[in-house]
Amino acid sequence: MLHIINKSPLSSVSLDTCLNTAAGGDTLLIEDAVYAATKGNAAEAKLKTAMGKFKLHVLMPDLDARGLGDRLMDGVIAVDYAGFVDLTSNNKTCQSWL
Amino acid sequence: MSDAKKFMFVNRKAPYGTIYALESLEVVLISAAFDQDVSLAFLDDGVYQLKKGQQTKGIEIKNFSPAYRALEDYDVEKLYVEKEAMEARGLSEEDFLVNVTVLSRAEMGKLMDEQDVVLSF
Amino acid sequence: MKFGIVVNEGPYQHQASDSAYLFAKAAIAKGNEVWRVFFYHDGVQNASKLTEPPQDDRHIVNRWTKLAEEHKVDLVVCVAAALRRGIKEENLAQGFRISGLGQLVEAGIKCDRLVTFGD
Repeated sequence: MLHIINKSPLSSVSLDTCLNTAAGGDTLLIEDAVYAATKGNAAEAKLKTAMGKFKLHVLMPDLDARGLGDRLMDGVIAVDYAGFVDLTSNNKTCQSWL
Repeated sequence: MSDAKKFMFVNRKAPYGTIYALESLEVVLISAAFDQDVSLAFLDDGVYQLKKGQQTKGIEIKNFSPAYRALEDYDVEKLYVEKEAMEARGLSEEDFLVNVTVLSRAEMGKLMDEQDVVLSF
Repeated sequence: MKFGIVVNEGPYQHQASDSAYLFAKAAIAKGNEVWRVFFYHDGVQNASKLTEPPQDDRHIVNRWTKLAEEHKVDLVVCVAAALRRGIKEENLAQGFRISGLGQLVEAGIKCDRLVTFGD
């Protein structure tokens, strides 16, 4: 299952709830959720821990737009919209943690 | 029902502050007419949707909570509440206006993985 | 693969409609079909033909209209959500149609994947 998150980890519990509840699988950070995958963000440690259970991806155009394209933390895979489509195709279901 | 899809409606938002809870419920009621395998999940602030005793007169917004009770008449009987979310809000099963199944986070995650279509509100 | 897309937020206020559009375009570019886009909640505002963004900004409504024309994408606006928010046939942009919530459930049933964009 693909989990899509679109909220900053410092303003919403969406990322926490997803990582704590979901059984694992692909996770894609889009829109304001991309902040979670930047070096030095308070969510960095959380994402590192989650890497054992989830395969983490970030939508690069959203990260670039926010001026943080050069701060992507290690271990998170950068994808473009085509990669986003592939992630949805390769998983039977997707869930947006709005 | 063999070719029915498993639909899960994931509710993570409180009622009244925003319209998502009400409009989610409207989709659920419509989905009942399509003979699919429907379940509802309540996580985070979504568990507040099921709180008994909602009195909305003072805010002049329609109290739609009785509609959760009507779900049964539509054969929508699978309502799941995440235990951790419920407890974090000082609620227990007795606080809800309908019968629900309380699941741990892990059980909820597993159930989500079994779905064909997940609609989140 | 057959995709369904749900847009739950209005244009400009939230990025949801932009993300949904770029996703739809990418899906089509990869040879997939975007069978239906369903506009719900404030997402119904994406269908207002009265929308007039500044010249130097993207025109979110016209972009959807163009996508529908070029790739036969069914743009459906939820009737109940639309009436609540003042979207009617008379101010509906080209390429959109107003219909019931059953169209959303049907998209879930008929599409291989249903992707939701919202807040």
